[in-house]
Amino acid sequence: MPHFASLYNLACWLTQDRAAAEDLVQETYAKALKGFPSYHQGTNFRAWLYRILRNTFLTTQAGLKAAASLDSDDVTVVEPSTDETPEAILLARVEQATIQKALEVLPMHFREIILLSDVEEMNYKEIGQALSIPIGTVMSRLFRARRAMRKWLAAASQGVSA
Amino acid sequence: MSCKLWRDWVDAYLDDGCTPEENAGIEDHLSTCTACSAEALARLRMKRSIRHAAVEKYTPSDDFRLRIEQTIEKPRNPMAAIPFVTFPRFKFPVLTKQWKQGLWAGAGALALVVIVWSALAMRGSGREQALAQFLDLHVATMASSNPIDVASTDQHTVKPWFEGKLPFTFNLPELEGSSFKLMGGKLMYYKNRPGAQLLFDLRKHQLSVFILQEQAGATPKSMGIATVRQKGFNEETWGQGGLRYVVIGDTNAADVRSLGDLLRAAARQ
Repeated sequence: MPHFASLYNLACWLTQDRAAAEDLVQETYAKALKGFPSYHQGTNFRAWLYRILRNTFLTTQAGLKAAASLDSDDVTVVEPSTDETPEAILLARVEQATIQKALEVLPMHFREIILLSDVEEMNYKEIGQALSIPIGTVMSRLFRARRAMRKWLAAASQGVSA
Repeated sequence: MSCKLWRDWVDAYLDDGCTPEENAGIEDHLSTCTACSAEALARLRMKRSIRHAAVEKYTPSDDFRLRIEQTIEKPRNPMAAIPFVTFPRFKFPVLTKQWKQGLWAGAGALALVVIVWSALAMRGSGREQALAQFLDLHVATMASSNPIDVASTDQHTVKPWFEGKLPFTFNLPELEGSSFKLMGGKLMYYKNRPGAQLLFDLRKHQLSVFILQEQAGATPKSMGIATVRQKGFNEETWGQGGLRYVVIGDTNAADVRSLGDLLRAAARQ
């Protein structure tokens, strides 16, 4: 069954609830089967599956709530970075549980783009297909997601409530 | 260009999102700037930490997997209650006018059922023994100083290498988008029959895939996916398209299952 384990993992990260994730994955495969004729050969199958999963999630109550955090101000220009060198080096040693917590507290649109890039190792084009956004938006959203995560982790490592 | 501007490109560089020219420019700068190279290294470590923390935080239960497989397989084959498992089908005799003939035929079918059930009862221990032998082959390969005959990550190099050496052919899975990497392959023998042994890498773990012709009594008999864990290794075997597949690795069961899924998908093509 293609991409089952990773789809389930992503569903859990999205819903933060195993039972809801199971429902979501089941519905995703059902929709994928039904809509397979609409899948365009040559396009990325994994991105197509994730798009179904995500769109299905956004129609649920939890999804509607999460969608409220979606940005409408995505810009296609990468924002300039600040001098983050010492902080970034420090954060590279953060414990696994703290990273998991940071991912959980991030808004959905930041969490999912980090997961697609760093965990699923999708390239920008695939992420764009999965989220139905242009590549420029992928880059800017990813940049802001990582910056938000670094800020949260920096605050956590200094014992500040993030 | 200042360090501040270069750093805006570091993420894209690490995400493999730059053109070759952009990569060359960034690499030139990183090779001369200690601060930016330290920043790039830190961000790379963060990417890896995120992957490590999140990649397998949630794994699906076997029950749930089975439920989904049933959902998927039902429309394709309503006769099969469990996907990848094909139950023996018997041709029951059509009732004739002469009831005696019917009775004899019924008795014959009943005898067949008894024989099949007896074979199934014996299957478990036979399968485990056979899988233990494949495990020995895998461990011996890992310990060998020359583990593979054809070393290549390119399936278009590895697959043709087996042509003429095996009395069958097989499809290699499409690994793009997965974490598995093909390392190569070698010819192996199991009970005097030639087969293919393929080696895959997954995050520094190595997995063997054995592919042989299905032959009654010569390979572990299984009607569906059989999973075994022994001596810290996870193994999975199934029959498909007249071939017997065995996947073995010291990774977790979900990884072995993922590689099995890719192989099953490739075999269906």
